[in-house]
Amino acid sequence: MKKTGAEIMWECLVREGVDVVFGYPGGAIMPAYDAMLDYPIHHVLVRHEQGASHMADGYARATGKVGVAIATSGPGATNLVTGIVTAMMDSSPIVCITGQVPASLIGGDAFQETDVTGITLPITKHNFLITRADEVAEVVREAFYIARSGRPGPVLIDICKNAQIEMAEFVYPDQPNMLGYKPPQHAPMKDLQQAAQLISEAERPVILAGHGVLKSGAMQALRDFAVKTQTPVAMTLLGLGGLPASHTLSLGMMGMHGEAYCNNAIQQADLLLAFGMRFDDRVTGNLRTYAPRARKIHVEIDPSEVHKNVRVDVPLVGDLRTVLDDLLPLVEPGDHEEWLEQIADWKEETVQRDIMAWPEDGLLYSSHVIRDIWQFTGGNSIVTTDVGQHQMWTAQYYHFEQPYQLITSGGAGTMGFGMPAAIGAWFGNKDRDIWAIVGDGGFQMTQAELATAAQEQANIKIAILNNSYLGMVRQWQEFFFEKRYSAVYMHNPDFVKLAGAYDIPARRVSKREEVSDAMRFATETKGPVLLEFVVEMEEAVFPMVPSGADLDDMIRRPIRRGKVETGD
Amino acid sequence: MRQTLIATVENKPGVLNRVSSLFRRRNFNIDSLNVGRTENPAVSRMTIVVDSRDTEARLVEANLYKLVNVIDVQDVTNQPAVMRELALIKLQASPSMRGEILSLTNIFDATVVDVGSDTLIVQIVAGEDRVNSLVELLRPFGVLEIVRTGHVAMMRGRADGVRHTPGAGPATNGHVVDDAKSPISNL
Repeated sequence: MKKTGAEIMWECLVREGVDVVFGYPGGAIMPAYDAMLDYPIHHVLVRHEQGASHMADGYARATGKVGVAIATSGPGATNLVTGIVTAMMDSSPIVCITGQVPASLIGGDAFQETDVTGITLPITKHNFLITRADEVAEVVREAFYIARSGRPGPVLIDICKNAQIEMAEFVYPDQPNMLGYKPPQHAPMKDLQQAAQLISEAERPVILAGHGVLKSGAMQALRDFAVKTQTPVAMTLLGLGGLPASHTLSLGMMGMHGEAYCNNAIQQADLLLAFGMRFDDRVTGNLRTYAPRARKIHVEIDPSEVHKNVRVDVPLVGDLRTVLDDLLPLVEPGDHEEWLEQIADWKEETVQRDIMAWPEDGLLYSSHVIRDIWQFTGGNSIVTTDVGQHQMWTAQYYHFEQPYQLITSGGAGTMGFGMPAAIGAWFGNKDRDIWAIVGDGGFQMTQAELATAAQEQANIKIAILNNSYLGMVRQWQEFFFEKRYSAVYMHNPDFVKLAGAYDIPARRVSKREEVSDAMRFATETKGPVLLEFVVEMEEAVFPMVPSGADLDDMIRRPIRRGKVETGD
Repeated sequence: MRQTLIATVENKPGVLNRVSSLFRRRNFNIDSLNVGRTENPAVSRMTIVVDSRDTEARLVEANLYKLVNVIDVQDVTNQPAVMRELALIKLQASPSMRGEILSLTNIFDATVVDVGSDTLIVQIVAGEDRVNSLVELLRPFGVLEIVRTGHVAMMRGRADGVRHTPGAGPATNGHVVDDAKSPISNL
């Protein structure tokens, strides 16, 4: 049966299970928008295309499905770019569809023509340019397959206007047909045996669990492995929730703002088991002194990550869950009592330095607010963040028990990610509480999406931690630039009034005792709600490994004595 | 040390751009890159020579393998392979010097492919060292122009092409990896 290219596109999207897309129309994508009306697809009209790519990303991370963003050619497409980079760095499966000028005009600098496949080449897992209607079905099929398989990532389809209008025979390919794309699955048996040998010899092993645990759905496999071998588990920022925070073997987050006992354990370990993580510089600190006594086993689906930053002894290239399932029967039950006791001692010392152990001093600290949100929501919310101090406090004080609960921009560190990602997450999880915890700086980068939240009545709760500073930059200036504050103070709008302009209910909170009341107001009110927390201006994130320093060379929070707050 | 990789890629628009963009983005230092058609019209073949003092061939290989349009990558550096390069060398050569040049080209199995009133073009197809030697020997005659294609490589018959899994290569400072087992140290 003959259909227009635009119809074929929607037909394929529906078959891929897409029921919501985030986008913004314009000249070169208008035939697709016209055809969309005949398909069971909900379109979310964003206010800036960056919001569309972040929403698609948030949707993908919260559901495990592929998120879809649509934009027109030229500036529409370039506005998607920040969201595409964010998805690329964090291996998030999204498909971006952009209109392009008619194929006959390509290369002629037509109105709103931009070389979008050229621009996005290094920031997508793959991209396509469609110039004819008969290419559409095959490309869409391949795009979704590439986005979600192997190490997931963003795929962009640039579709010429003529290819949307022209007719072609619609044949839905049974299988994506790609000569050169075969994601690895199993690791070779001799490598698995070598790994098992190292594991049996280890006395102080540590598992480094990354985003790959969530991406391959290896949570149970990780837990089984850790319990059987009695190996403590440190998690990367994006790996949080891979093992419940309350699990006895959990060491919490590692790296620059990881707890001292966690980083100490890594530095003292004699075996590191890296599961689906990539030894990012925020995680390793100084590579020369990183875990100097540890042998290393690296389970990783992307072969280009192996030996990239850290030389490893046994690389196991394959899907994490598959590899762990293959490896588990080969390892002996472990017993590392002495090692776990040593870590417990370090942990005790850390607890004393926790800000929660500080006496109540009448100030509203961001970390208090986040801990209160955690308590109030029973630790069950989906939480999205921007990047910066509030992101690190969220990682430290919202104790994530489940996977896919924390949605945050890790690799790219994108400000303005949190609120649109929350909207995207809501479309995949309408029955769950969704909190966007953001800073005053990042929030303003995509605050236009308040209009989208209001229009869609997205049930998201926005918590702005307003310290009138670009907090993390201010902290670096305080620690490393002799407190010479350069371009970090922000004179902010009245966020409550701003929300009011969109008919979004809002409250301002400036005292600790008002927090729970505001939380109740937010959760009991249907639809989007904004809470502004006016917090202590110069609170810092502790501990901190200065950029490039040794992982156990941490700046610690000073111990303050006094009334100790209880309750957990 | 220089490493030679063979990549077979889908013959589609933009594939060369994807490969070169990868080299730029990952800061790989490429000595030469040669692209051409193969026995299969849907497949092109690239021969890539990397300077591994700056980059690691293994990393290049693994990154190439990640590109969706790349079908296969082989590191043939220490494999029995035929490697050839074509060079054209234009010389300043008066008629009186032609004899001497011709005797040199004969030794190198090179040919003279063009004769002008006071120039010659010598063509040589050989391994890189041989091409270098001829160039050096011809230099005193007055080299006007040189163009070289860069390596093309093909595995010899009989020897099995070892397709090693990208990323599974031996670590250099490992406690475990037995270097004697790696194909590199066998040669």
